[in-house]
Amino acid sequence: MIEHLIPILAGTFGAAVPLIFAGLGELVTERTGVINLGVEGMMLIGAIAGFAAAAETGSGAAVGIPAGALAGAGIALVFGFFALSLAANQAACGLALTIFGIGLSAFIGQHYISYSLPGLKPIIIPLLSDIPVLGPIVFKQDAVVYLSLLAFAAIAWTLAKTRLGLLLKAIGESPEAAHAIGYPVISIRFGAVAFGGAMAGIAGAYLSTVYTPLWVQNMSAGRGWIAVALVVFASWKPARLMLGAYLFGAVTILQFHAQGLGIIVPVQFLASLPYVATIIVLVIISRDRRVLQNNLPASLGKPFLP
Amino acid sequence: MHLLEPRPYPSRVMRWTAPLIAVAATLIVGSMLFLALGKDPLESFHVFFVQPLESSYGWSELLIKACPLILIAQGLALGFKARIYNIGAEGQLIVGALAGGGVAIAMEGSDASWIVPAMVVAGAIGGALWGAIPALLKTRFNAEETLTTLMLSYVANHLLSYMVNGPWRDPEGMNFPQSIMFSDSALFRILLEGSRVNTSVFITLFAIVAFWIFNARSFLHFQIEVGGHAPAASLYAGFSSKRAVWLTLVLSGMTAGIAGVGEIAGPVGQLNLNISPGYGFAAIIVAYLGRLHALGIVLAGFLMALIYLGGEAAQVALQLPAAITGIFQGMLLFFLLGSDVFIDNRLRRRLA
Amino acid sequence: MSTSVPRLELLNITKRYPTIVANADVSLSVMPGEIHAILGENGAGKSTLMKIIYGAVKADAGTIRMNGEDIAITNPAQARRLGIGMVFQHFSLFETLTVAENIALVLDEPFDLAALSQRVKQISERYGLPLDPDRRVHSLSVGERQRVEIVRCLLQNPTLLILDEPTSVLTPQAVEKLFDTLRQLAAEGVSILYISHKLHEIQALCDRATILRNGRVTGTANPREESPASLARMMIGRELPVCEAPPYLGERRPMLTVQHLNLTSAGPFGTSLHEVSLTVHSGEILGIAGISGNGQSELMAALSGEHPVHKDAVRLDSKPIGHLNAGTRRAKGLVYVPEERLGRGTVPPLSLSRNALLTAHRHGMKHWGLVRYGKARDYAEECVARFDVRGGGAGTNARALSGGNLQKFIVGREIMLKPKVMIVAQPTWGVDVGAAAVLRQALLDLSRTGVAILVVSEELEELFEICDSIAVLAQGRLSPAQPKTSLNAESVGLQMAGLFPKTPLTVHAEFDHASA
Repeated sequence: MIEHLIPILAGTFGAAVPLIFAGLGELVTERTGVINLGVEGMMLIGAIAGFAAAAETGSGAAVGIPAGALAGAGIALVFGFFALSLAANQAACGLALTIFGIGLSAFIGQHYISYSLPGLKPIIIPLLSDIPVLGPIVFKQDAVVYLSLLAFAAIAWTLAKTRLGLLLKAIGESPEAAHAIGYPVISIRFGAVAFGGAMAGIAGAYLSTVYTPLWVQNMSAGRGWIAVALVVFASWKPARLMLGAYLFGAVTILQFHAQGLGIIVPVQFLASLPYVATIIVLVIISRDRRVLQNNLPASLGKPFLP
Repeated sequence: MHLLEPRPYPSRVMRWTAPLIAVAATLIVGSMLFLALGKDPLESFHVFFVQPLESSYGWSELLIKACPLILIAQGLALGFKARIYNIGAEGQLIVGALAGGGVAIAMEGSDASWIVPAMVVAGAIGGALWGAIPALLKTRFNAEETLTTLMLSYVANHLLSYMVNGPWRDPEGMNFPQSIMFSDSALFRILLEGSRVNTSVFITLFAIVAFWIFNARSFLHFQIEVGGHAPAASLYAGFSSKRAVWLTLVLSGMTAGIAGVGEIAGPVGQLNLNISPGYGFAAIIVAYLGRLHALGIVLAGFLMALIYLGGEAAQVALQLPAAITGIFQGMLLFFLLGSDVFIDNRLRRRLA
Repeated sequence: MSTSVPRLELLNITKRYPTIVANADVSLSVMPGEIHAILGENGAGKSTLMKIIYGAVKADAGTIRMNGEDIAITNPAQARRLGIGMVFQHFSLFETLTVAENIALVLDEPFDLAALSQRVKQISERYGLPLDPDRRVHSLSVGERQRVEIVRCLLQNPTLLILDEPTSVLTPQAVEKLFDTLRQLAAEGVSILYISHKLHEIQALCDRATILRNGRVTGTANPREESPASLARMMIGRELPVCEAPPYLGERRPMLTVQHLNLTSAGPFGTSLHEVSLTVHSGEILGIAGISGNGQSELMAALSGEHPVHKDAVRLDSKPIGHLNAGTRRAKGLVYVPEERLGRGTVPPLSLSRNALLTAHRHGMKHWGLVRYGKARDYAEECVARFDVRGGGAGTNARALSGGNLQKFIVGREIMLKPKVMIVAQPTWGVDVGAAAVLRQALLDLSRTGVAILVVSEELEELFEICDSIAVLAQGRLSPAQPKTSLNAESVGLQMAGLFPKTPLTVHAEFDHASA
């Protein structure tokens, strides 16, 4: 049994990386009261930008992932122009971003369909990786996995302990009050939206340059939407988001190991699991409205014009 | 200082010119895109928007694509008025198609005249059921319908994939993921010889009239509208918000499900993985572009159908990927949302 | 300190908005240590003027001088650096943050919450404004929130402090305490701009007053040398209107009875109701005094049916209705005029016809599930004519009407339903004096036809003007109703702070400390 579990648990880390980056980015965006439903689109843009940069330069993920971040942030600014500068309906703008991102990435991706990339070799941490069971699970991962833990720590600390974190939360609760005491609400929200875009871009670029590493049309396969759901599940708390991401990482990885575990179920049912799990998780977390409202940024999704 | 200031009164003119501005902006940015790709914009536009309409066959194809978009958008628009965002019509379409297709497969070999009507009913029920799940989850557990409807459309996709790879796979289909081709008794009758236009257009026509009357005159629609504009006023008046959730999600699921049957018993003629080129998502744009109005949606549906046809034509004539359709759809929605802001706002006269 | 140079001078300030001119050619000056009142009705342009001084709004024309120098204030942070502090009418606090965190967000200094908490304690002790820096704002009373705003200003050592309608949320006793603090600050040399429409407060506190009407200065006066009538004339341009309350001579029986009503608040920061009981008789107006946030919105939700409760907790004409929703209760004769006129009482983007349909649809406006829009229009037009709704007809959108006219429409619409009981929340909040008098008279007239009326209001004067008896809602508990003649502002004020008399009729007997 254990010989089956080790690859599943080790694989969970990689499978969780896109959800962690996209989820943490969306979490920061939503903390300021902006809901960007375009995560799926930003991920795909990041995926194709990262893949193209990696393929054209021949440098692989080292160039691909920063390129993905840049592209994600760039396309997020388009969302920001409509949803923040013009204060258009945020949910609908996010949807437009997703439709646009699916189209644009498929359009550009046409040229890269037959390429493949080398991927990233795992970094084997000396000594620690020799620990039985735990070693191969935790300490033989690629650099981006370690980076995702670093990102979590940095974001959790910033949100909880710094003035910036306080300010983001304050703007999410009442942009009117923040404006009244003199903060440039729109600019700060732009920053948060761009950050969310960069993080989603990294998530997408990880998929295309490290995880797969191929370009496949629509390759994010709903992970962007699951990341949005994870933020709700996490009640806007970074630690709970990590928990959710690993949970979903495990569910995703399960389908590749089901046969080894002796589970005989049609592959489509296993592939549906993450989506069904998302619904179940949403139901559980939303059931008690008060629990959700306790942490919900009060201005989430509401347009604000100073 | 900010770009915008509120208008003293919302502009009626902007309400109906916003879609035109959005289309114009899409064309302008689109031509820049063509330029960047090294194509002559004028020629590209000719291929994209004129060429498809130069033959009567082109017009018939336009009608075939517009019908499902209009039908689905009518249902979605009702929900959007109530601020219930069903973005999973694609999944409801698929489940409707599966239900209708099940009838066709079960009745294979029969030439009974009730098969097509039975498929429509089954499709309506299938779509309605797929819409009822998020309704239940929202009214009972308070779960956001945006995410649940969308997740369910991924599930529907996998369900379709399972059915056409497994139980319903055509045994003589060379292992392709598809069902048998339906017999004539399970297909809508062709209306115009030499085209694919069939009797399912009457369903869409009926839906347009029914939704038009319902929207203009019914008290139920008034209640839905109040719930969307001001939920507190709805509570104050004593209107049931749960009823609005159920009604809009089930009804929009139903229209999507019927549209699914229209595809499999029409142009597609079987169950396979390509029964919808994203009609469920495009219909969202159609609903907004048509101002959530029953007749506006008709115009918007034809425009969206043209974008689909143009995308196909561009693939052939300009060697551009069909994904360009998605780019145009996304831009159109962005520009529409952007122009809509100017219904209630205007540019600041004096910039500080 | 030089006494000849004004701390603040405004010269010919003008600010236009798309539909109105908020300030036209406004000039005034404030000396160091002076408490200067800005007096005016709702909509006279007071708040806009203050926002201009605080840099939140930019004037179209005019000059601002501080200590004799021309300055341009472009944003609130700059205003704070210049020594201007502002206490907002609708507080600019963040409910989910603590007191110290709220204060830290406005200070231009390194982020150190522990050190800041110490300074908050010092300042709050020095000025008699007790505060716990670690409490979250949502758990504070409205009065405590105001203290946070004031302490936040004081930590920046202001030389000019602006207070925008600071007493609308305070009990009479708390107003006295606030005035003590302000006098202490003025004695230390701080100039204070005090914005209000309450004449007696300005007479009690201020050295000078600038009176605004329709955005223009209509006079400058020493309020202590004026009479309320002369100030009112400058403020509204005519005598204060008075309501007539003839005695009710009809049958008197309980129409609305509430017994042992308990309700847990639905919102995360709401107040729950405990054992609320009351009775309103036909022909009677019962007033419920108290500061918003003490369970008012929960009580309104339970009485109107927006939040159904236990069947027997609410009775209409002795029949149980607690379990019914708002629509069904309205059909049985209980109508409601909510505090929130746009978005609850009316649907802002819909016409008055359709807003008539909202609650009057049972009056022959439906046929086989279809709407008879002609009937709805007739109803709206009759309402507009009967209740003198100005600024539009049946086709006008609700959001296009002024606050007073919209309130006349809502009150009229509900009166035309021929109710047995009417519940009204904040009937004249934000309404100009003329419309307020019309509305109060309409309620008095309605009650004299035998309708039972329950009025919830923060304005004590209003309750004393129109009610027959008054009860007080504090911290989710309701005091027993007492005839207005046995009460005065001071005794009601003590109850607003949560101190209820044990026996209903003796005002100055012992006080029972209701749980805090």
